[in-house]
Amino acid sequence: MPFIPHTESEIKEMLDAIGVDGIEDLFDEIPKHLRCGDLQVVPPALTEMDIARLMAARARQDGQPCCFIGAGAYDHHIPAAVWQIATRGEFYSAYTPYQAEASQGTLQLLYEFQSMMTALTAMDVSNASLYDGGSALAEAVLMAVRANRKSKSNRILVPRSLHPAYRRVVRNITHNQGVELVELPFDPQGGHTDLGALEPYSGQDIAALVIPQPNFFGVLEEASELCNWARDNGALSIAVVNPVAMSVLAPPGEWGEQGVDICCGEGQPLGAPLSSGGPYFGFLCCRKSLVRQMPGRIIGRTLDSEGSLGFTLTLQAREQHIRRSKATSNICTNQGLMVTAATIFLALLGSEGLSRVAAACHRNTDQLTGLLCRLPGVSPVFGRPFFHERVLTLPINVKDALRALAAHNILGGFDLSSDYPELGNALLVCATEKRTPEEMNAYVEKLERIISLQGGAPCQLKPEGW
Amino acid sequence: MSNIPPELRYAKSHEWIRDEGDGTATVGITDHAQEKLGDLVFVELPEPGTQFTQGVECAVVESVKAASDIYSPVGGEVVAVNEELNDAPETVNDDPFGGGWIFKIKMSDSAQLAALLDADDYAQLLASEDH
Amino acid sequence: MSLIFEQTMPGRRAIAQAPLVREQLSGIPDALLRRRPAKLPEVSEMQAVRHYTRLSRKNFSIDTEFYPLGSCTMKYNPRGCNSLAMLPEFIARHPEAPISHSQGFMACMYELQEILREVTGMRAVSLSPAAGAQGEFAGVAMIRAYHDSRNDTGRNEILVPDAAHGTNPASAVMCGYRIREIPTGAEGDVDVEAMKAVLGPHTAGIMLTNPSTVGVFDRGIEVIAELVHDAGGLLYYDGANLNAILGKVRPGDMGFDVIHMNLHKTFSTPHGGGGPGAGPVGVSERLIPFLPIPMVAKNGDEYHWLSEADCPHSIGRLTAFAGNAGVLLRAYVYARMLGREGMRRVAEYSTLNANYMLKRMMESGFDAAFPNRRATHEFIITLRHQAKTLGVNTMDFAKRLLDYGFHAPTTYFPLLVPECLLIEPTETEDKATLDAFIGAMNQIQSEAENDPEVVKRAPHKLPVKRLDDVRAARDLDLAWVWPADS
Repeated sequence: MPFIPHTESEIKEMLDAIGVDGIEDLFDEIPKHLRCGDLQVVPPALTEMDIARLMAARARQDGQPCCFIGAGAYDHHIPAAVWQIATRGEFYSAYTPYQAEASQGTLQLLYEFQSMMTALTAMDVSNASLYDGGSALAEAVLMAVRANRKSKSNRILVPRSLHPAYRRVVRNITHNQGVELVELPFDPQGGHTDLGALEPYSGQDIAALVIPQPNFFGVLEEASELCNWARDNGALSIAVVNPVAMSVLAPPGEWGEQGVDICCGEGQPLGAPLSSGGPYFGFLCCRKSLVRQMPGRIIGRTLDSEGSLGFTLTLQAREQHIRRSKATSNICTNQGLMVTAATIFLALLGSEGLSRVAAACHRNTDQLTGLLCRLPGVSPVFGRPFFHERVLTLPINVKDALRALAAHNILGGFDLSSDYPELGNALLVCATEKRTPEEMNAYVEKLERIISLQGGAPCQLKPEGW
Repeated sequence: MSNIPPELRYAKSHEWIRDEGDGTATVGITDHAQEKLGDLVFVELPEPGTQFTQGVECAVVESVKAASDIYSPVGGEVVAVNEELNDAPETVNDDPFGGGWIFKIKMSDSAQLAALLDADDYAQLLASEDH
Repeated sequence: MSLIFEQTMPGRRAIAQAPLVREQLSGIPDALLRRRPAKLPEVSEMQAVRHYTRLSRKNFSIDTEFYPLGSCTMKYNPRGCNSLAMLPEFIARHPEAPISHSQGFMACMYELQEILREVTGMRAVSLSPAAGAQGEFAGVAMIRAYHDSRNDTGRNEILVPDAAHGTNPASAVMCGYRIREIPTGAEGDVDVEAMKAVLGPHTAGIMLTNPSTVGVFDRGIEVIAELVHDAGGLLYYDGANLNAILGKVRPGDMGFDVIHMNLHKTFSTPHGGGGPGAGPVGVSERLIPFLPIPMVAKNGDEYHWLSEADCPHSIGRLTAFAGNAGVLLRAYVYARMLGREGMRRVAEYSTLNANYMLKRMMESGFDAAFPNRRATHEFIITLRHQAKTLGVNTMDFAKRLLDYGFHAPTTYFPLLVPECLLIEPTETEDKATLDAFIGAMNQIQSEAENDPEVVKRAPHKLPVKRLDDVRAARDLDLAWVWPADS
């Protein structure tokens, strides 16, 4: 029996000890008519060898195209040591560290993670992870509504330059609690949120302002100005940042006069593979004064009964298993193993390594988009400084262009036309440090050919097997 | 047996209240309550100036394994809070009826005070809860 | 053991893991740049590898210890599931990759949806919630969306048994509901009379686990379902205990309208020291329009995504992409290796193990919380007498178990049984391991009688002695501060 160790004689001994004739008797409290039949839809068991063959075939079907898509998930190199250590059984198959003395490995690692995140973001405290960047922002919004005692409103200002999926996730998670999300337009030339967009809300009761850096377009916001505006208007500020970018960009804790109140984001760039969108992890940092409003697990350093240092879950009275209906969030299981990987990743790269990764991504994207903009009809959409991701306008339909590129095993970027129809044929492109000059040249050549073949007319090309 | 000072009034939810004779009253949690909760690690104080009606949640006391709401034994406006508990929540454990007071309230209706339990009633309540 | 920060040597780093040259950051004004580098550790590759390998050895885990943590289903995590989910093409797949380059992955997701639909008896499944609590949120949000869609807006209460997981009331509150708590009867079933008293036009639904958190099958489930449905409410199934009934009874057949599953429990994906999990949701016919997205649909031979445009009434997406896809792949591989017959055996052998342990422990003199009931996949022992007569409480027993090389069962949950241990052996443990655990409990009992201090001061053999939780919460030390800054 797969994964069940019992031998016939053991089963008999155990049944005898219980005093029943068969296993079926152990289900005698369940009404007979509720029992289910054969589960015909579930296929018969496969051996490990058979399922390995099937999975290998399915993986081959998807191939490994050359990826120029970013849009919130980035194809970085992950040092070999990261997942070899993270999948050690002692990390991989442990539970949440409720028994602290038997979980010092996970707990110390999480304390180190919290320390690394506060260093990267220049914030006071960090939790031990949430599900992903989008849901972390939703939690940050709910946290801000709770924490902003001066504000009587549940109004949150959310720039349209924020990741569209994040905007949806925030709405889906918070609307049942009466949170009102107000969208701020972006500047059509710069692609950033101009202070002018905030003017109508000056002096109004606003619970918080969300500040993405870089924003979804890769454009850099005037984060300090936005942060100051929030403070001057009694709103909390919530930064949404890329952790790799934090190695080179001003960290949220240093924005404006006093830094932001809450900082969150997607942790995937720190050692999590793209893996179809998950598991990743969300991170959440804040000012120390807000720590009791923070959702999720938090690890603290303390002493044991003999005065030695040790680590334990702390501030648990905020959490659902104690506070129940009055908890800061319903979150229980988080993304522990991804954080394990991120901690090892950050220890290996350090600040210097991480900033080299950041700079290499930026250089590649700068070079690639520079080359692409030499093609007829291709140009950058926004004129402001960007980081490692950029919006281009194409002379042809973006969907068609991407489809044609995919036929050559190139994933050319993220099509903005459905989320931002006002931008026309707009494509969001990212070249991480993993993209080689050859790969970038191939992209430019193929796109040139596709543009010239189509000449702006609808796409006639179909990828193989479409 | 926990300490129950005779001069105080008590709520069934284990708050004590002392009439200061000037229209205000001081509120804390009883010896019994602090003992049940164990070592306190945090007290969430109300904002001075806040208005509460009788019986509403107005503060939270937290131990490692529990968090418990404090209900205002009378209605009124919070006029002072015990800021010292921010740094030393353990004072509530050590001296629940003295240094461990939580807030002072300007009562909107002092008749509410008289309707609360006296020390004997509260002792009886504890005795019945023991069963 | 020192922190990674304390092993720092300025200027040292893992050279081979980062780009060789440091590129200029062109086009970014100074005002937007970081002024001082972030202070991260500066260590060599080997230092990092050694440090984290050593740390790993300070953990208990399923791979190293018996881990009978009630309500958490700590069963063996087959290694094959991990290696097949980490095939290079799967881990390289970008979430926004076109479906032309996603058919293999999507086939796995589609088939997993079908398998989960079948084993739960529901009409449709969405895999997207990232963990059990997010599945609960999704489920309650669907209940709300359903009532709202019928303009039945007076229903503002969710009923939750007092024994429920804390996530249940917390999730319902996140969906804007008020909680009405229902007591548990003396034999562990929901108190139906008490439920009737609060059931009414304000009832949006009830959240139940069956078997319940007290480790027994609620015999009144059909009555409860009928009463709640008659009152216009819906039934939510918390799948935390699905392991107990997999292949035996289906929540859909018991009358539930919506269910979440914890794949990191029942479908054996690893807990990873706290996550990631996956919390797919299944629904009855009337809730299908509200399922969270994305989902995989099949059109002829081609798989495609269902997103906002296809599902206008959906409660929407709850994470930016498709949930914890890598976890879902592991669960899929596990389900395929179990196969049809294997599903039923999960319930059978987890139940056999639990009943065997319960019987043997009762024979040893431990008090069962519900001695007249069958155990399901887990059961509760109460150490009330030990606490009262010997001054040795449940926490002491739990800590002492660690010394004997066993992870402690769940302690002090559910809240309504004083001094309780919730014990869940799972189906993947053999009899010898169960016997050894019972032997350790007997040994601790005798220590508690003869030398209580050794139990009360436990653990003795772990990397640290008992930790001061009060100090941790009062004097918050949540991040390392470099000496120069302090």
